[in-house]
Amino acid sequence: MIWAILSALLGHWRRNPLQLLTLLAGLALGTALWSGVQAINAEARASYDEAASALGAGLSELRGPITLETYVALRRAGWNVSPVIEGRLGGVRLLGIEPLTAPRGPVTQGADIASLITGGDQIFAREEVLARLPETGAKGVVAETPPDTALADIGLAQRLLGREGQIDRLIVAADQPLSRPPLTEVAPGLTLRAPSSGQDVARLTDSFHLNLTAFGLLSFAVGLFIVHGAIGLAFEQRRPMVRTLRALGAPLRGLVVLIAAELALLALVAGALGVVLGYLVAATLLPDVAATLRGLYGAEVSGALSLRPSWWLSGMAMALGGTAVAAGGALWSLARTPLLASAQPRAWVLARRGRWQLALSLALLALAGGLALWGQGLILGFVMLGALFIGGALALPTLLAGALGLGGARAKGPVAQWFWADTEQQLPGLSLALMALLLAMAANVGVSTMVSSFRTTFVAFLDQRLASELYVTATDATQASAIEAFAAPRTDAVLPILMTETRIKGLPATIYGARNHRTYRDNWRFLEAAPGVWESLARGEGLLVNEQLFRRAGLRLGAMVPVDETLSLPVLGIYGDYGNPVGQVVITETTFRQHFPQVTAQRFGLRLDPKGVPALRQSLREGLGLDDSAMIDQAGLKAMSLAVFERTFTVTAALNVLTLAVAGFAILMSLLTLAAMRLPQLAPVWALGLTRAQLARLEMARAMVLAALTGVLALPLGLALAWALLAVVNVEAFGWRLPLYLFPLDYLRLGLWALLAAGLAALWPAFRLSRMPPTALLGVFRHER
Amino acid sequence: MNVKLLILLVLLPFQALAQGFAGLGSEAGDFAQPERGHVLTFPEDHGAHPAFRIEWWYMTANLKGADGRDYGLQWTLFRSALAPVDGQGWETPQVYMGHAAVTTPEAHFVAERLARGGIGQAGVTASPFAAWIDEWALMGPDFDHLTMRAQGSDFGYDVALTAKGPLVLQGDRGYSFKSASGQASHYYSQPFFDLTGTLTLPEGEVAVTGQAWFDHEWSSQPLAEDQTGWDWFSLSFDTGDKLMGFVLRGESDYTSATWIAADGTATPLPNGAFQAEPVEQTGLPTTWRVTLAEQGLDVTVTALNPGAWMTTSVPYWEGPVTITGSHQGRGYLEMTGRGD
Repeated sequence: MIWAILSALLGHWRRNPLQLLTLLAGLALGTALWSGVQAINAEARASYDEAASALGAGLSELRGPITLETYVALRRAGWNVSPVIEGRLGGVRLLGIEPLTAPRGPVTQGADIASLITGGDQIFAREEVLARLPETGAKGVVAETPPDTALADIGLAQRLLGREGQIDRLIVAADQPLSRPPLTEVAPGLTLRAPSSGQDVARLTDSFHLNLTAFGLLSFAVGLFIVHGAIGLAFEQRRPMVRTLRALGAPLRGLVVLIAAELALLALVAGALGVVLGYLVAATLLPDVAATLRGLYGAEVSGALSLRPSWWLSGMAMALGGTAVAAGGALWSLARTPLLASAQPRAWVLARRGRWQLALSLALLALAGGLALWGQGLILGFVMLGALFIGGALALPTLLAGALGLGGARAKGPVAQWFWADTEQQLPGLSLALMALLLAMAANVGVSTMVSSFRTTFVAFLDQRLASELYVTATDATQASAIEAFAAPRTDAVLPILMTETRIKGLPATIYGARNHRTYRDNWRFLEAAPGVWESLARGEGLLVNEQLFRRAGLRLGAMVPVDETLSLPVLGIYGDYGNPVGQVVITETTFRQHFPQVTAQRFGLRLDPKGVPALRQSLREGLGLDDSAMIDQAGLKAMSLAVFERTFTVTAALNVLTLAVAGFAILMSLLTLAAMRLPQLAPVWALGLTRAQLARLEMARAMVLAALTGVLALPLGLALAWALLAVVNVEAFGWRLPLYLFPLDYLRLGLWALLAAGLAALWPAFRLSRMPPTALLGVFRHER
Repeated sequence: MNVKLLILLVLLPFQALAQGFAGLGSEAGDFAQPERGHVLTFPEDHGAHPAFRIEWWYMTANLKGADGRDYGLQWTLFRSALAPVDGQGWETPQVYMGHAAVTTPEAHFVAERLARGGIGQAGVTASPFAAWIDEWALMGPDFDHLTMRAQGSDFGYDVALTAKGPLVLQGDRGYSFKSASGQASHYYSQPFFDLTGTLTLPEGEVAVTGQAWFDHEWSSQPLAEDQTGWDWFSLSFDTGDKLMGFVLRGESDYTSATWIAADGTATPLPNGAFQAEPVEQTGLPTTWRVTLAEQGLDVTVTALNPGAWMTTSVPYWEGPVTITGSHQGRGYLEMTGRGD
């Protein structure tokens, strides 16, 4: 009995392979994007955890100019510290450690300490990292080092990085001997920094991952629209079969259970497929994500993907859960259908749902509006986005019906009138696919607006902030003063970049000491500033903060900000800072030197005629022996900053394209499944004299009209999304708010892409219609459905 | 006490280094070898001998506190060469390890340091004498007047040492056999140090006085394959005489000893003359019967604190002992290779 029912049920898919394909593909694509994003997130989080437990994490550090003598002096005074040098070798982070004194941790456990010091130039790293290292003459050894990090003895690392004798920081071991003299006695130039917790990176990157997760959810929602459509259609078409089976004595409960089991099976197959696809998506995108995270937050993420149960299980769960959501309504109505109810397809009935849908949509849009006005925080920001999106999508059929009604009212002639009426009548069957298209387009508009707005602002920001023509970095204090003395007579101005890292109001921040020079006055723009800000700053009466610190610490103009234990100054101005995630404070050079006498400038901005830059580089190289890596000219720095920026959004762009593709696929599948159902409506028109070719052209036109209308409606939704991203999500994620710019040409181009997608999707069904044998159309008149 | 030489090879975490270093390690032949008849010269030989693979400066002391309690103290600097060259900079193949300990009747405090030579973090110079690793140091204007300090996270000491007798050359004028198969080391001692100073313990500071025993030994030879560990004794009797002896446990035990008269006259004793047997045959033997027929010696050696484990990279037992029986006195016992 069960087998008989099951074979009857499954027979439906055998007869309608396209529907089966739609169902599986929709679910698989949705799951793929979801689990792909989850995989990326899981990998990144695992990398943070590893990094957090890696060398010296959770331990204090000594920073400042450190020579070998400083290190040995500290050791010989009883300070249990271990030197570290860090640099990049062919894009790989090279960590030079002193294995005998390094705190025991995963890093040193991973590598064989003995061979570190004695291995005759060995570099330890994971296999894929070793492959990326340039040829150094050192032997590569595979070891479980932290992601994207190669490990070597400090002596070797100094040599490979060309920084012999240099030490970047000293890790202060948790275990210290009974007594040791204070730091100021042994190494007065150094500052002790409290442990930097992995929390900071996690907090900074959280919003990035939430961003990705939102994308994944969006894609999954688009996938669900497809699945919902396919399942709904299958249920409609199987009504007669179900009625027959029940008439033959199949128990209703058994039928429902079997259908549910059938769907679960399909969901599992599609879910598995989706997870595999998701893996491919993640593997493709991960290197870009890793680059983004490194560029934006300095977080090291492995570029290699591993199979973690967390994301493939979540992918399967989403596939099963999504199918349950999509099929729940259909199963419920099946369970309540009286035996003798009409087996008519209910496409007509669907329109009646419209009113409820509209009410729900209005409620959601109202919620979104309320959240936009009064909501706070990243999560609520995303809830608002969700409400906005679903509300907008649910309003689509009503709005489209209204637009089509308008079209119909103005139509002249029977064919035109039929076209509009028929389009409106098809709307229920197509609305899910159109909603998917709406979401995809709106996401596209929103994200591209955000990225382009960001880019416009960022380029302007670079122009004002990178004012000096040449930036020079010294290796130590001696070289720094040599550079200053050498460059002064050859340039218009030498601007030392004095900086020290600290925490302000519990947040990581960098304090800069700025020389009183017109470079700053001419180029810096404020978001908000007290009158005569530069004059007050020059008198040491206040300080400037960047927008990140301003927002995170809840500051306002005039608020007192502690520079160190002894000095607090009022905020004179707030400047936009789109280059980094941490807070910044600017004080005068004089104040800085008074309060941080141990800090000397290692970097300098040199002002001169841009034409003189190559000559100055040349003379710095010859006069002081600086190598090219120590000098960056303005143009190069801008190009580098922009490159980091462009990479940041590669991932979102890729996800955009994928979402649009999924939506196009949804339209194709809807049209294909509708094609068969629509035969009874087309056949009379054909019989009245329209040729199949004319009908096919009308079909194409219909798809384009619907896509165009959807596109028009997607624009305001997308702009609302862009606003939310810039004003809510960006502020939470990066700490800055960006102005919204409009890019009409981009939207036009996107609209054309959407039309193209819809046109392509309609092409095959239209072609089939134009080639349909007349007998098939004639057959309609013979059939009693 | 040539057996101590083997500590490095058996116990040191960087024992594997010797094999690993680019073609230099496994052949001991690359390193200098001890030569019989080589005359030790001082103060030069107080310093480091980087051409030899392994070397140590080893101080142990039996102390009496102002509070009337017994204490033991250890200060050791090991040097292990990865290649028989010295130099400057990070890549100098000389590695140092320091061990420090204070033993009370109830507690045992241990600290360990690792450092490499060539950068100034650890090293030994002959004149003026200085042996140091981090802030730990054994140093003085000459070898008869030294100060010594070390500390861990829960203890520390700072003491002064004054030599009351001559240096003692072990074995044949400082050439000491360490096995029946002929392996040897250069080895001398200064067992006549008087000590005064201060211990810092969790309870507070304790003024102490007592006697210290210093050993300096260097070689390049590994342990024989069948040898699993050793038990080493440095005993100071109330008569002023002293005895250094050890048992090397292997397929057949090998013993060696030196009788040091109160005036510093040293008499090397052949294999088998020195006998040491655990009183209890089960568990870690912290009570021993030691006999030396030539001197009519038959004593019981008892650990001040049986829990004197050195919880260092590789653990061993080292602690002060008291001597009863035919002779009375105090001393130090070291047991290695006895598991944990």
